[in-house]
Parts: sequence; structure tokens; C-alpha cells
Amino acid sequence: MYHRYDAVIVGAGGAGLMAALQASRQARTAVLSKLYPTRSHTGTAQGGIGAALGNVEEDRWEWHAFDTVKGSDYLADQDAVEAMCREAVDTVYELEHMGLPFNRTRDGRIDQRRFGGHTRPDPKDPSKRIAVQRACYAADRTGHMILQTLYQQCIKQGVTFYDEFQVVDLLLNDGVCCGVVAYEIATGELHVFHAKAVLFATGGFGRMFKITSNAHSLTGDGLAIAYRRGLPLEDMEFFQFHPTGIYRMGILITEGVRGEGGVLINGKGERFMERYSPTLKDLAPRDIISRAIYTEIREGRGANGKDFVYLDVTPATVNRYFQQDGVDRRITAHDVETKLPDIADFCRTYLGVDPAKQPMPIQPTAHYGMGGIPTNVEAQVVIDSRNTPLPGFYAAGECACVSVHGANRLGTNSLVDIVVFGRRGGKKMVEYCQQADLTPLPAETDGPARAEIERIKANRATEAAGKIRATMQELMMDRVGIFRKEADLSQAVSKIRALKAEYEKVGVRDKSARFNTDLLETLELGYLLDLAEVTAFSALNRTESRGAHLREDFPDRDDANWLKHTLAYLDGENIRLDYKPVVITKYEPQARKY
Amino acid sequence: MRATIKILRFNPEVDKTSHWAEYQVDTEPNEQLLNVLHYIKWNLDGTLTLRRSCAHGICGSDAMVVNGRNRLACKVLMKYLGSSVTVEPIRGLRVIKDLVVDMEPFMAKYKSIMPYLINDEDPGSRERPQSPEERERFDDTTKCILCAACTTACPSFWANGEYVGPAAIVQAHRFIFDSRDRGAAERLAVMNEWSGVWRCRTIFNCVEACPRDINVTKAIGEVKKAILFDEV
Repeated sequence: MYHRYDAVIVGAGGAGLMAALQASRQARTAVLSKLYPTRSHTGTAQGGIGAALGNVEEDRWEWHAFDTVKGSDYLADQDAVEAMCREAVDTVYELEHMGLPFNRTRDGRIDQRRFGGHTRPDPKDPSKRIAVQRACYAADRTGHMILQTLYQQCIKQGVTFYDEFQVVDLLLNDGVCCGVVAYEIATGELHVFHAKAVLFATGGFGRMFKITSNAHSLTGDGLAIAYRRGLPLEDMEFFQFHPTGIYRMGILITEGVRGEGGVLINGKGERFMERYSPTLKDLAPRDIISRAIYTEIREGRGANGKDFVYLDVTPATVNRYFQQDGVDRRITAHDVETKLPDIADFCRTYLGVDPAKQPMPIQPTAHYGMGGIPTNVEAQVVIDSRNTPLPGFYAAGECACVSVHGANRLGTNSLVDIVVFGRRGGKKMVEYCQQADLTPLPAETDGPARAEIERIKANRATEAAGKIRATMQELMMDRVGIFRKEADLSQAVSKIRALKAEYEKVGVRDKSARFNTDLLETLELGYLLDLAEVTAFSALNRTESRGAHLREDFPDRDDANWLKHTLAYLDGENIRLDYKPVVITKYEPQARKY
Repeated sequence: MRATIKILRFNPEVDKTSHWAEYQVDTEPNEQLLNVLHYIKWNLDGTLTLRRSCAHGICGSDAMVVNGRNRLACKVLMKYLGSSVTVEPIRGLRVIKDLVVDMEPFMAKYKSIMPYLINDEDPGSRERPQSPEERERFDDTTKCILCAACTTACPSFWANGEYVGPAAIVQAHRFIFDSRDRGAAERLAVMNEWSGVWRCRTIFNCVEACPRDINVTKAIGEVKKAILFDEV
């Protein structure tokens, strides 16, 4: 079936819905999503959205920008960071005006809490930085409330949705974007969406790892589709492990737990973050804490001698450390229940642990891809080291790389990213649609997608995708995880290539047209394998340590050679790499200490 | 532990009627039912069809009837289900395939209650003030994830598909009792229609079904009271 729109948005999480609210005001817009919008992964974000409102204590967006740049280990593009942190403030107010039920302060303002790596100058000694209350929150379901609120506004505005449409191809004609091909899950029919502008907001790809906080649907479809069409992927070697996932399950336990005073405790009962980050301690950025946890485990100080540590938010422990640190705050069991209700629920459901009474067993969990489809600050996709835009193609959110997160994202900044750049992308699409003509479709539209689907349906190896997926996930976890070195990475690259060869034979038992998730999961595995290869290959190539990318064989940051972004292109069967400079405005790279 | 999983299967492309299929699995007491279903799909029978995404009870994709009760497959552990487990699609909505049902009628009911803040006053450049107490007033109903577990557990909904159902009432409650909202009268009018709150017979199935522990029947009661006494 053929459809024609001005703007097509792929993905209905925070970035996609924010873009849709903007675009649909002035351009004929359709939103395509493989999930019902309210199922999107934005809904699982917990702790808060960072914005320097200064509602609880003094704060400035410039401080937020500094923290973000430092948190990124100086790899973020500073023009993008400044735009994001400046606009974060108005965007949070806009969300409130849309109805988002933020927690409130006593005087009725949006309440804010502490989060990792977010600081302000210490009033007693401005050369030092202390944790600041910057994360605007709705209990521990901030992402849920953002997703609900944006979807509600889309209903109010009458946005057109194609729910459960899986986008399988991007249409380009002579270097201009002109639409997408989508597979209707309910019927198996292929649809061609012809459009002036397309925005990808397809989310992350954490499912390439074994232990992950990511939804099953986070398989990097948008990135892989763009990559297969010859577009580069930027900084794919930088993948964030969140320090606190539920042991063995990977389910996220928000950093907000530590924002409320929770501490990490090793097998010897020590608050070990004091040794790794004397100033911020348990509120150091995620890369530093995840590494510290693994170091404790490697050196035999895991809990019960195993590969986990404890996150302790019991009032007795928290208040003891508050007292020790000279902090006058105190928390109660009631605070744990009311400020962290979902965390309490997860712990009871999955661990049989009451976090107000017992510590939680945790381990780092694969959480967020800093890399993605390169864009400029207007969310326009750019395709080379000179930042040449691809007309008509936009990307925002986790699938994109602006880059505001550089080598390590700060907590709360993914929500800031999606709303700010989703909004920017939507606005820019409108401008573009008003001046651009519809580009004719290329000669081939749904042919390649149809051929791929038929090829998979004709293959004989049924129930084979699961084994390949599990092997990839273990491989990525073991060799392309927190600690990396050349031998592991090169082995990972060659093993992933072998898995890709095996993938060519994967078939499906389900041949039906109707709701064929056997087929969809197989397509998704293909996307993940491509991205796993790019991730491992880019990690092998970057011979330095920066942010989330730690090379044991190159333990130092190397600004002379590596203060630059990686661009990875698909070149026949191989990956070709290129680089582009980091945009530096006013924050000169310094040693990163907390 | 060894468990027998009986699943009500139906693919209209090949089946005339639904039928039970049985699978034997070796699993762990702390395993999520969702992972057991994945094990079946990935190893024994790739045709098994279900929706799922986040796998920890937030996205609301995987509501199903488990041992006779509406549950999210990702939020129930095998140790609570025993060695013989039955799994069926949620009731009252058309089955598309196996455990996947047509959510459109459910979403249409949700949309019918105007699920968005109604307030045309100029909010100014900062947030609209709201006290912690005012915010607390509708806290419970903001937790709803639209999984449909409550509505499809409701005998009044089974008997009368026109009934707007508990989930839509929960969503209406979330706005009616928000101090910033000005649309209560419009929403209460929808709630007062013959397909509205009065179809609720206070059976409490919704409360038992809700994976988010929302006190659904209480919320419905508050909406009824708001209609009767014109007070919000």
C-alpha cells in the first residue's frame, strides 16, 4: 500500500512524540511505531529529567552544561550540550504545562533531586563542586509520566499513528530522503510511506548484551537500517553500563536511590566509592561507578564472594553516612516507599527484598548507547566528517548521536535529549516541508525488504535465531563490556562475523502473514548483529580510554590522537572508519576527577 | 523445577478454533513466566505469539490470563505458579493470534474520556503551582500503564462491551482530581453516560488484576461520588 505524507516519524517514545507534536501542527504527519506508543522504552526511565530550574537551591544551565561536558569525558559537542541544557529549562516547564505530574516542593514548585555527576560550586569553597538538586522527578516513574503526557497531547492534537508498523527500510533517491518502507505487523503487508521528511526516533540497542536494562524491543532497527543504506554511525564504541541493575536480571534501579542517600557497599561492608571518588562518592558518573564495582568484584570484594555488590537505602545505613558526612538530612522508611515506590515494588517482586529494610544485590547492566546516527544540533542527519546534511532525514533520541553525551552520558540527560532534540527535529521538519518538494521515489521501493522477508521464510533452520542471539549477547558482555582489550575485541569481531554468516541460514517456523513475531525477531537479530560488529570494531580501533570505553591495554585518555568522533560506514562486507573533530566552545578538556 | 505450560493457541490463518498446546520446561523458581514463554518460543515452537517489551512490568504489553487470573507475564515468577501453569489471552477482546488480542476497542475507550489536561488559562513562563497535597490527590491513578488487565478482568465489561471499563475510569480520575485540570465537568458527563461508571458493580476484580497495585475500585467510587455530589 502507498501513503503520502509531508513528515513521517518512526518511533513513538519521547523523541518521536515530541517531534510529532511539533510537526503535526503545520505538516501532514504520520507516526509509525512497532509498539503501541505507550509501550515505548521512555516509559521505563525512572529518576528524573535534568534542568537547572533552581527550585530547591541555586543552579544555572551553564553548570549543567559543564557537568555534561565533563561527564562526557570531553567528547560531547559543546554547541549541542549548550543548546540542550539551556532549552532543558523551558522544556520542563512545557511538559508541566502539558500536565506532567511532577512531584512538588512545599511551595508548589517542581521538586528536584540529586543525580550522578550533577554539581554546583561549593558555596564554602567555589573551587570545589558538590552535588546539586537538578533532576525534576515524578516519584521514580518520570519517564512513564513523560511518555503518558506526550501521548495524551498527541491524542488531543489528533496526531495520526500507525501502531505496530515495523519500519524495515529507508528510501533515498539521489542523496535525498523520500520515505520509508514499513511492515504492518497485524497483516504482514508492506507499506510504502512517501514523504518529504523522515525522522528516526527508534531508540537504543541494549539487547546486544546479556545483562541489560533494555526492553526486548530495543534492537537498534533505525541505526541498522540507516547504516545498511550507507550512512555512518558515530561513536558506537561508547556504551554505558548503568551501575545498579538487579543482580542477574539487569532490571534498572534508578540512580535516584543514591540521590536520596543510598550507598554502594562491597562484600567487606565498605562504602567503597569513597576510595574511587572522594568528592561525589556514590553520586559519581556512571562509567566511574560501574568500573569501581567491577574492580571490587575482580579484587575479591564482591558480596558473598560473588559478582555483585549491595545498594543500601535502608534508613539506618543512609542516616549513619549522612551523619558521618555532616549532612543534616535524614530519611525514613516512608521516604523510601513514597519517593521510590516502583523500586520498592521491583525489589519485592523479583528479589523478595524490602529496600526499606534490606540492601539490594546489584551489578552493572548494559543501559545506553551514546553513539548513533550522527546529527547536527537541528537533528538533521549528517553523513560525513564535514557534517554535510542528508536532505529530508532527521534523527533524535538514543538512536541519534548529536553528540551531547560524548563518551559517557550523565543520568537524567537522556530524557533531556529526547524532549529537546525531538522538539528541535519536529520544528526543523516543518520548515523543510514548507520549502521542499516531494522527491520522487527511487525505482526500488519495497523490493529489497520483500526479498529479505521471503529469504528468511524460505530458510530451513527454524528456532535458530535464539541460539545466535544468546551467543552474541554473551560475547558482547564478556569481551566488549566494561573492561576491554585488543585480544578480546578482535576475537569478538571475528566471532560476530561468524555469527552473521550463520544468521544467513536462519529461518522461521511461523510462515503466516498475521502477527508474525518469529519473523520480526529474526529481522531484529539481523540489526543487532550489524550493530554489535560496529560496536566491537570501533572499540578495537580506539586505542585510548575515555568515558565508558576502557581499554586495559591503553588505560589513559589520549587527547592528542583521540579527541575526535568515530564514524563507521558499511563498505561492501567491511567497515570503513572515518573521524570528525569535537566541537569545543568554552570548556577546554581537563583531567576528569570527582 | 519442571513445569507443564498449557497455552491456549489460536491462529485464524490455520485454526478453526482455539486449542490447548502443552510444553514441558525445566525452569527456576525465580524465573519470570515471560522468560519461560520465551524459552518455548525460541527453542520449542517459534510460532508461539505474544506481545512483550520492557520485561519488568512498566510497558504493559504482556497482560494475559495465568492460572485463571490476569497477570503480566514479566511480573509473575514461576515459584508462585506451581508445576502446572495455564496461559490464555485476556478476555473480552478479539484474539488476533495466540496471546495477542485486538487492543483497538480498549484504546478507543481510553481516548473517549479525553485523557489529556484541559486548561486554557495562560500558565505563564514557569510551572503552574500545585501543592504536594494536591499532587497526592491523584497520585495512585497516574501509575496506570494501560495494560488492560483490569478491564479484561471485569465481568461487567464481559457482559457489556460498550462499558468504558475500569482502565478508562482510572485515566479519567487522574485528570478529574488534578487541581490544574478544568475539564472535570466534561469528563464526568462521559462517566455519567449509560456506558460509564454506573456499569461498575464493585466486584473488585480490577483491584486484584492491577499489576501496578492501583486501588481501581476506590478510584471508580470517587468518580461516582463526584457525579452524585458534584464535588471534586
